[in-house]
Amino acid sequence: MEEYGGGDLLSEAMGSAARVVVVEDCVEAPGAFVLHLLLKRALASCGAAAFLALAQPFSHYDRVLRKMGCNLSLHRRNERLHFFELLGFRGGAREGTIADSFVRLYNEIQRLVEANRAGENASQFTVVIDDASLLEVVALGSVNDVLNFLHYCFALTSEMNCTLVVLIHEDIYADEEKMGLLLHLRYIADLVIKAAPLSTGLAADVHGQLSVVNKGTFREQKAKAQKVWNFHFKVKENGTDFFYPGTRH
Amino acid sequence: MAAAGGRTLGRSSFSRATSNPVASSSGASGVKIGPNGAAFVSSGIPDLDRILGGGFLLGSVVMIMEDADVPHHLLLLRCFMSQGVVHKQPLLFSGAMKEPRLFLGTLPAPVSSSKEDGRYRAMGAAASSDGQANDEGLRIAWQYKKYFGDDSRAEHKDNKQEFSNDFDLRKPLERHLLNGQNIECVSIQDADTLSGLQDCCTSFLSKLPRKDGGSLTAGRIAIQSLCAPQCRYFEKDWDMVSFIRSLKAMVRSSNSVAVITFPSTVLSNSFCKRWQHLADTLLSIKAIPDEDKDLAKLLTGYQDMVGFLRVHKVAQTNSQVPVILEASTLSLKLRKRRSLVLERLNQAPVDGSSGPSSAASSSCSSQGSQLDF
Repeated sequence: MEEYGGGDLLSEAMGSAARVVVVEDCVEAPGAFVLHLLLKRALASCGAAAFLALAQPFSHYDRVLRKMGCNLSLHRRNERLHFFELLGFRGGAREGTIADSFVRLYNEIQRLVEANRAGENASQFTVVIDDASLLEVVALGSVNDVLNFLHYCFALTSEMNCTLVVLIHEDIYADEEKMGLLLHLRYIADLVIKAAPLSTGLAADVHGQLSVVNKGTFREQKAKAQKVWNFHFKVKENGTDFFYPGTRH
Repeated sequence: MAAAGGRTLGRSSFSRATSNPVASSSGASGVKIGPNGAAFVSSGIPDLDRILGGGFLLGSVVMIMEDADVPHHLLLLRCFMSQGVVHKQPLLFSGAMKEPRLFLGTLPAPVSSSKEDGRYRAMGAAASSDGQANDEGLRIAWQYKKYFGDDSRAEHKDNKQEFSNDFDLRKPLERHLLNGQNIECVSIQDADTLSGLQDCCTSFLSKLPRKDGGSLTAGRIAIQSLCAPQCRYFEKDWDMVSFIRSLKAMVRSSNSVAVITFPSTVLSNSFCKRWQHLADTLLSIKAIPDEDKDLAKLLTGYQDMVGFLRVHKVAQTNSQVPVILEASTLSLKLRKRRSLVLERLNQAPVDGSSGPSSAASSSCSSQGSQLDF
């Protein structure tokens, strides 16, 4: 992930060259703001992105990112952003099986990534999924179909200079024997960003804590590089502040 | 004449004839326009509207987690439905019962706006501990009630009187209001799948498209006990969550709000969390144990409380900033044993000499009663 627009704790923690970023959140501490930030950064560095939106319609992201200084409508018109509005995405029933719909979706993404790579301005491509737990609902519980889809997307990252960012609600898998999807994502991730509430409860100045586990450091020769980061965050309309506990006045 | 912001008790009987913000900014009755393109309808409980920052957001899904011990979610649902009937908004009701139509008979009527209530409300807005004494002798004629309170909050409350009503839970809604009203009832108890309900919702919502400007009729969907064990589709966890997801998508693009209550304890933890994540606004009811001496010592007004209401999530339009409330747990009380009020919890003084409690000023309904110490 480029560090463009960084200079904050999150960019420092993320480092660079992370291929698969998994964002975890829970009801008490929603993590969509991380996706917004990563999308903004992906588009800012002249990159291209494909956004799979299962949670909200385009208008929502457009307004949110606009307040953060990123014009999604413009990027969409310039074909820098490929937005998949999947609010009503049906897994099966009419158009064939669940697997078929996922295959169709994957093919479109692959086509976009290849087109981007082949073009003159080959740039960093980011695929953002909001969110993986809803993919399971689309698949009506068929975790295998979801895992297959995600695995194909994962394959794109290694073959085609593409980054994958996935949001998943970890509290759904908290005490389940079948933690399949969550464990799988954690395994393939280079970077796991987890948003959690403060143990002391709600606060107006601190919305929660973020822990970043940077597994990708193994690839770089920085043996002393910090692998685990913990800090607090406060979400604002125009971005998010990250700070160490106690450093806010 | 200084009308705006004046919180003095010596109100003039005239207020600036500024246009009534509620009525003029909403083309349809019962819809309030807020910032950021948000449009609200009232929940039927004025206190709840205030706490949620305006009311229930149009285009959002409100989910209420029931408590297995007490039926208070029905109080919330009834107020919500009655408010819709009073404002002549189309209503779709679905319940885990054989005859949902019969539930309509339990909807409460709005509290008849008497002089006493109007004055009571305005005095509550003035919110000072000696406010009660001064104006008790003053009888305001009905037609001047609208000039009540140059206190902007009182004025706002006055306007909100049109937007949201207090409901008298002891009086049923008049029959004639229900007849000829656009109310659809669907039973989900004997349904094998939720596709029937989904089709009803689809056709209901197709008549309520959303357009910027918010001048169209707002609709309400009320679903009671969606995952009740007696429903035949109960085992189909994925179907239920898939239904909620589709409903959410449809509601998002329509001019309506859906309120779904569900007994969260009958779902597995995993699915309960899925439901919670799907909610735009999430509330939960908690029973209050009777005759709990410890709680009685801890909280003021414990005897009047019928339960707790917790606000977990508040819907926002087009924003990533979470809504942090000053108090997320509130007590449910029945004022005068008939209308539902929500109050912040106030810790009772530990011993008599620790000063007056903040009960009177921070509670949203004028409590009047003082602690003696």
